[in-house]
Amino acid sequence: MSNPNPTETTESHAVGGTINPVENKFTERLSHILADLGKNGIFIALIAVVVLFSFLTNGILLRPQNISNLVVQNGYILVLAIGMVMVIIAGHIDLSVGSVAAFVGACSGVFAVHWGMPWWIAVILSLAIGAAVGVWQGFWIAFVGIPAFIVTLAGMLIFRGLALVVLGNANIGSFPAEYRGIGNGFLTDLLGEFEIDPLTLGIGAIAIIALVVQQVRTRLGRQKYGQEVEPLIWFITKLVLVGAGISFFVYSLASYKGIPVTLIILAVLVLVYGVVMNRSVFGRHIYAIGGNRHAAELSGIKTRRVDFWLFVNMGVLAALAGLIFTARLNLAGPKAGDGFELEAISAAFIGGAAVQGGVGTIGGAIIGGLIIGVLNNGMSIMGIGIEWQQAVKGLVLLLAVAFDVYNKRRSGGR
Amino acid sequence: MTTNILEMQGITKTFPGVKALSNVTLGVARGEVHAICGENGAGKSTLMKVLSGVYPHGTYEGDIVFENETVEFKDLTDSEAKGIVIIHQELALSPYLSIAENIFLNNEQKSRSGLIDWNKTNHEASKLLARVGLRENPTTKILDIGVGKQQLVEIAKALSKRVKLLILDEPTAALNDEDSDHLLNLILHLKEQGITSIIISHKLNEIKKVADSVTVIRDGKTIETIAKADVTEDRIIKDMVGRDLEHRYPDHTPHIGEELLRVEDWTAHHPQDTTRVMVDKVNLNVRAGEIVGIAGLMGAGRTEFAMSLFGHSYGSKISGSVFLRGKEIKTRSVAEAIDHGIAYATEDRKTYGLNLIEDIKRNISMASLKKLEKYGLVHDNEEYKVANEYRHSMNIKAPNVLVKTGKLSGGNQQKVVLSKWIYSDPQVLILDEPTRGIDVGAKYEIYSIINRLAAEGKGIIVISSELPELLGICDRVYALSEGRITGELPVAEATPEAMLKLMTMEKPR
Repeated sequence: MSNPNPTETTESHAVGGTINPVENKFTERLSHILADLGKNGIFIALIAVVVLFSFLTNGILLRPQNISNLVVQNGYILVLAIGMVMVIIAGHIDLSVGSVAAFVGACSGVFAVHWGMPWWIAVILSLAIGAAVGVWQGFWIAFVGIPAFIVTLAGMLIFRGLALVVLGNANIGSFPAEYRGIGNGFLTDLLGEFEIDPLTLGIGAIAIIALVVQQVRTRLGRQKYGQEVEPLIWFITKLVLVGAGISFFVYSLASYKGIPVTLIILAVLVLVYGVVMNRSVFGRHIYAIGGNRHAAELSGIKTRRVDFWLFVNMGVLAALAGLIFTARLNLAGPKAGDGFELEAISAAFIGGAAVQGGVGTIGGAIIGGLIIGVLNNGMSIMGIGIEWQQAVKGLVLLLAVAFDVYNKRRSGGR
Repeated sequence: MTTNILEMQGITKTFPGVKALSNVTLGVARGEVHAICGENGAGKSTLMKVLSGVYPHGTYEGDIVFENETVEFKDLTDSEAKGIVIIHQELALSPYLSIAENIFLNNEQKSRSGLIDWNKTNHEASKLLARVGLRENPTTKILDIGVGKQQLVEIAKALSKRVKLLILDEPTAALNDEDSDHLLNLILHLKEQGITSIIISHKLNEIKKVADSVTVIRDGKTIETIAKADVTEDRIIKDMVGRDLEHRYPDHTPHIGEELLRVEDWTAHHPQDTTRVMVDKVNLNVRAGEIVGIAGLMGAGRTEFAMSLFGHSYGSKISGSVFLRGKEIKTRSVAEAIDHGIAYATEDRKTYGLNLIEDIKRNISMASLKKLEKYGLVHDNEEYKVANEYRHSMNIKAPNVLVKTGKLSGGNQQKVVLSKWIYSDPQVLILDEPTRGIDVGAKYEIYSIINRLAAEGKGIIVISSELPELLGICDRVYALSEGRITGELPVAEATPEAMLKLMTMEKPR
């Protein structure tokens, strides 16, 4: 039975009495920082990409208008990435999200334009259709036991087809203004007209304060329970850096048009789903199932039920992505959502999700999505053709996962 | 010196920050069976990986002399070319290929055209199968034969490579007594044909049976090599743990109370072949504070019984009744079984028990997240505290509870599994092979935990294929054979002979 990989031996030594009691405070801090940087490698990668393209585009990338565009252009991919990373953590995949987005976009067009429904009824109905699609796919995956790859591959064809049926070989355009707001509206000028929108700044300030309060409370809570926490200096440094990042971002938005509606939707989703994945029983069950389905089952976790709701959730998020995309273009067309599934899957994997399941975070997927977004945006500004953009994105995905695999092997994980 | 087929001298292997082997010396005489003993993590497998080239020359210090020639292996293929073949505990066979295809994997029998010669492949394979005493058609698929036979296929594969030194890493860990005996006899038989073997094993009685000498390794160092005449179990155990173990089983004074669990006429059929009865009208009970054993040979239906009881996790067409403190309960799902206070710790902790990529903390809380829920959220600081308490009370050897369970040794993994179930606050614990693949010291700890749980008034059912273990810790033992309970004895009357007779009792036909 013995399989003494190095860590195993370390650990058995560590018990017999600390072998290195004379670790001074400085090296301890340093190792903490290095471990942290390793864990947040993806975050550093995002910063590197941003810095690189700021240079390559002569600073255009970081102009207020472009920063605002970055959010709005990638909103729907990020929405999909949230659902996708959850599906991937549980050990599944969803290839159908692009088609579902197109299908739901088309339906919303019929509701809001052809039938002239109030915009909010159209939106609610569309989300319900997304949920129904999720129920359909979840049923086959969870209760019949067909692999998600097959079910959603079929779904990719089915819902693309249905989208075309609903559209009847024509585009649907000229949506009501409120509907369009989902995709390209801004929360601005509510307090009157200013050079720099004070509402945006206010919300940014509140966000920063909330972040600091939450971080400090977590830290105090951990200390109260006798857990190890990172060195105070590093803790403060990180907060200051993140705070500075947010300030810059908010300032850019404020000096352009204010906060995009898409960003508000995204922020709410990230908060809610972050808590779900980290702190709720449902989220824990998703990780447990992805890590070892048998063990989860024998621990009383209702794996089928979790699988089912995961796909219902994915269906709703795909519908939301479809709405945002349709609203942004003010057009429901047959090509909508083409390739969305691949961008969402890439985002999840670049963000550190594991192909075997059990590993991944909402935050990682968002950052993965932003990396793709910055690549897209940066290369477009530079005038690089779509063909090379595709190739570069493929390469980045491959390298990101290769780096992850290499890292895990080096740290002695299996 | 010259009679030794293998000399490993001053082997030191360092992983970043850790010395896994330090100055290990091993001499194996030509034509002997040499046993290597040591606790988990002692460095046995690392030593064998050095020997077989998994850790290539240059990544370790020291010399390996094989057949009077210093060798520097770059990889497994290199060592196999010299006639050193290692058979790992986890068998390396492809389940969907035939026996013959597996034997000649990467050594395909080709005809002059360069294509595979199937007649030759199967003919040669059947000759090899005859040598290892396996009566199976070489075209049978691996998944259609049992683990015991698969092990023989591995040995046949080794023979096809003209093996001179055969290394077996815990070959009988997954085998029943009958298959183990066959395997051990085969090793002795191969010895007569001049094949030297190194056998890594936890089972001291089988070492005594086959080994000509025993080398004990502890903490990456050679302790001593003992010749056959001087081998005693006590001496090996003392060498392995570095101290005397006076008793292998902790003292246990039972305080038996009222009946906790009673199972009546429990029957389960095979999940696919629903006509096959796997568990046949089993009746048993366990009382508060009592440790009850279920003894049975491999295939007797022990695990099948436990898993079908635990939320119908195994089988089809399940029938029978379960009573908890005299009241009938249903256990149709695992969640339901847990809610009624039943816990089942699996025999295969890596496949069914643990989330190996997750930390100790989250594994312990996995079955009881509801207890940690507050305002719909998991109270993670509380979770940390709970896990830490278990780390101390169960003596889980890890620097903190954020260590991934995949990195723990078998004994510590088992303690995490037990912690998980104890935290779910069960009334009855079913422990399936609680000490499989665990070294002697950790076994003693597990037994002590079992005693402690019984003393707290819980009912314990222990399933084990090691009869001495059951007789050492239980108050009462059931014998299971072909899915039926064939007898029940208080431990005082349960001699190994009496138990074996019950365990091999066949169904009247």
